[in-house]
Amino acid sequence: MGEAVKKGVRELSPLDVYMLLPRTNCGKCGEKNCMAFATKVVNREAPIEICTPLIEEERYRSEYAKLKEILAPAVKEVVIGVGENSVKVGGKLVMYRHEFTYYNPTPIAIDVTDEMPENELIERVKRVEGFTYNYIGRTLKLDIVAVRSTSNDPLKFKSAVEKVAKATSLPLILCTFNPDVMKAALEAVYGRRPLIYAATKDNWRQMADLALMYNCPLAVFSQGDLNLLSSLVKTLLEYGVEDLLLDPGTFPEEGLSETIIRFTMIRRNACKGNDRLMGFPLIGVPMTVWLRKDAPKEVLQWKEAVLAAMLIARYADLLIMHSLEGWVLLPNIILRFNIYTDPRKPVSVEPGLRVFGNPDEYSPVMFTTNYALTYFTVESDIKSANIDCYLIVVDTGGISVESSVAGRILTAQTVADAIKKSGIEEKVKHRYLIIPGLAARLSGEIEELSGWRVLVGPRDSSGIPAFLKEKWPPKE
Amino acid sequence: MGHGGKKEERDEESGAFIRLGPKILELLTKLGEVELEDVEIEAEELEIWIPTIVPQAILAPPAAPAAAAPPKVVPEKPREILVAEFKPLTQTYPGRIVEVKIGATRAEGGSRGRVVKIGGEAAPSFYLWEEIPPNPPAISADVFDMEVSLPRALRVHVQEVIGDPAAWAKLAVDKFGADMVTVHLVSTDPLIKNTPSSEAAKTIEEVLQAVDVPVIVGGCGDPKKDAEVFKRVAEVAHGERVMLSSLTLDMAEAGVLGEVAKAAREHGHVVLAFTAMELNRAKELNRRLYEYLSKDSIVMDLTTAALGYGLEYSFTIHERARLAALGGDAELQHPTSSGSTNAWAAREAWMKLGPEWEPRELRGPLWETITALTLLLAGVDMFMMMHPAAIHTVKEVVKNLFNWGRAKPEDIADWVTLKV
Repeated sequence: MGEAVKKGVRELSPLDVYMLLPRTNCGKCGEKNCMAFATKVVNREAPIEICTPLIEEERYRSEYAKLKEILAPAVKEVVIGVGENSVKVGGKLVMYRHEFTYYNPTPIAIDVTDEMPENELIERVKRVEGFTYNYIGRTLKLDIVAVRSTSNDPLKFKSAVEKVAKATSLPLILCTFNPDVMKAALEAVYGRRPLIYAATKDNWRQMADLALMYNCPLAVFSQGDLNLLSSLVKTLLEYGVEDLLLDPGTFPEEGLSETIIRFTMIRRNACKGNDRLMGFPLIGVPMTVWLRKDAPKEVLQWKEAVLAAMLIARYADLLIMHSLEGWVLLPNIILRFNIYTDPRKPVSVEPGLRVFGNPDEYSPVMFTTNYALTYFTVESDIKSANIDCYLIVVDTGGISVESSVAGRILTAQTVADAIKKSGIEEKVKHRYLIIPGLAARLSGEIEELSGWRVLVGPRDSSGIPAFLKEKWPPKE
Repeated sequence: MGHGGKKEERDEESGAFIRLGPKILELLTKLGEVELEDVEIEAEELEIWIPTIVPQAILAPPAAPAAAAPPKVVPEKPREILVAEFKPLTQTYPGRIVEVKIGATRAEGGSRGRVVKIGGEAAPSFYLWEEIPPNPPAISADVFDMEVSLPRALRVHVQEVIGDPAAWAKLAVDKFGADMVTVHLVSTDPLIKNTPSSEAAKTIEEVLQAVDVPVIVGGCGDPKKDAEVFKRVAEVAHGERVMLSSLTLDMAEAGVLGEVAKAAREHGHVVLAFTAMELNRAKELNRRLYEYLSKDSIVMDLTTAALGYGLEYSFTIHERARLAALGGDAELQHPTSSGSTNAWAAREAWMKLGPEWEPRELRGPLWETITALTLLLAGVDMFMMMHPAAIHTVKEVVKNLFNWGRAKPEDIADWVTLKV
């Protein structure tokens, strides 16, 4: 830690990058000049490799090396799997998401074992692969299958891993502390670049040889001892293994503070302390809650869900879980989506009139706010029900319906103004406005100010189709 | 990965290596030298690249038998673990969060059996190696003063007491283990029941008698009506150090903020300063409140959005607020409160989504729990919550987090071979 601290992602200026570029303004990268390209690179909107002269021409070799160095994330990006079916882990530039943004949303691996009957094994793998949830127009999924050797038998493990590899194209984690068992499985799936879990103080040399031989990333496990973890990383780097992941131990229950603190200390050292040995992705293992066998299943599932969420918020770059229940995983894949949303992107959408389907002059007119999440939720509900209608998006400065009503940002006046501005009065012959249920308290005033009749719609936009079926067209 | 244009060529070589892989490893470790005779390279079978650190001997073309080659210099690899001590980066911060006490005992001029202190931190949340915070985060259970529509998973736990705020408060303290209760006077809303402030004050008095924990008084959201209700409640609850929830910039706009803040000061209460996810507005509101109140009478609510509906904005604004406060921004050095019950605004908390997402009876409270815990890690000091399972879990997590150094973590290496 004696070296000068590398410039953080926010201190790095386009000029720092520009000075190391060819500065020929050749335009091969698609930008007008090298300065424009440097700006994109600094904002992480373009990888430096797009600059082909820099990569190809011998004379830029040292500049390229320097650029890679100054642009390297505080936490190394490691790839598990190959090609289309690979997943990137780590690659974090910052400790706090507001400092820039977080990259590579925490992949979630689900475990299977080499002692499961074949039909159960395949069925579980298929469930992992088929797990999806549609959230504001995005498909959220699970990412990895972790195969554990509970048998400690090389042949059994090899056979199970083969079956899993055949059943799914998802990346794999192979879990055993026994190098002979690991080797047997690696022979079976060497082309898949699975993550080897894990090197420990007892087996590190054999595991390192396997990682080198099969060109696989290697997890380093040190149960609660950060001096040992640091030492193992140093040793493995010297040994020539570069793609490492760190598991400092996920202690559930009474050990929770140990877990959270170690994850935090490691990430702080990597991002703020220039501690290169800690600059690798962190593995959280919420499935350690299952070590407590005396508790009922639902309790352990609950605890696993809670532990996973805390680790997503506190720096885990990869999670290994056992529960495959929808109610356990749903909040976690949504939390992951939330935390990894780019905070630099606006929270709001353009206000104004939106047209869905083919509305005519008797079609329903509704309004919502321009808070991105509110808008996308309403939009997806209207679209999935194939409703022909008009939707006025009122500018609330990106605040939701409930908060903007409470905060007096969404008022009868702003609604009346939005109606006028939208031009809807030329498009429909009726004067009925459907308002969000959460804005019900504004109905009287809206009627007074806008001259439109108000129909109070559902509190949640999922109720729109049922509401229209019952209330549209208006009976009076 | 940096293999660049030489990939194909290397793949070819690596094929031989991989196919012989396991054997080579044995040979390498035992003999340190390899023979590569009779190797057939089948390019179409090749699937992976080899790492660049493979000893050159292995990459030697098959035509040149390794045995005949001059001895290769293989870089020395460590045989023992090289020691590298882990030194956690430890910081100190110029700022500190003020400590706020909610509730007052008899000796202090109130009638509470216990009081709750929050805040006082001098390091980011749960950076326990830097500082063990003086106060654990606290939980206040939500109570409503009238019939309200609630998701079924919530309703079943309070069915018996809906419409009876005193009984509800007692249930929340005795059965749910809440540290405090928040009585939401929603019926005072002019657009709902317009309950007069005198009646609202009576409700608060009843709750103060039913429980001996600190009480938080929630308004209806109408600035003028809330001001009227808060002033009345402040008076009848004189000395109890209740928290008025909440004071807003809308009150300032309506010209009533000063009188409410003054009433809070005169009768010894705490206020919750609410702003909608904007730190500059939060600072502005605090500045206005400083004219009337001491710093240790102000808690901030920076807005809690539900998991899936903007939680990330709440998470980040709390992280930013706390780091700025510790960094010396005096106007943000207040403990924070989260309305975690807002989690139920997310449809995923209560809606039927299909059998694969059931039971909702677990999904809903889990939604509330995770919303709260995410903000706990961002630095929030107190949580307004509702579901008993969510309250229980957050309390347990807080207890476990404060156990640092005292707990003996169990052996977890066995997870790999665990038979579930």
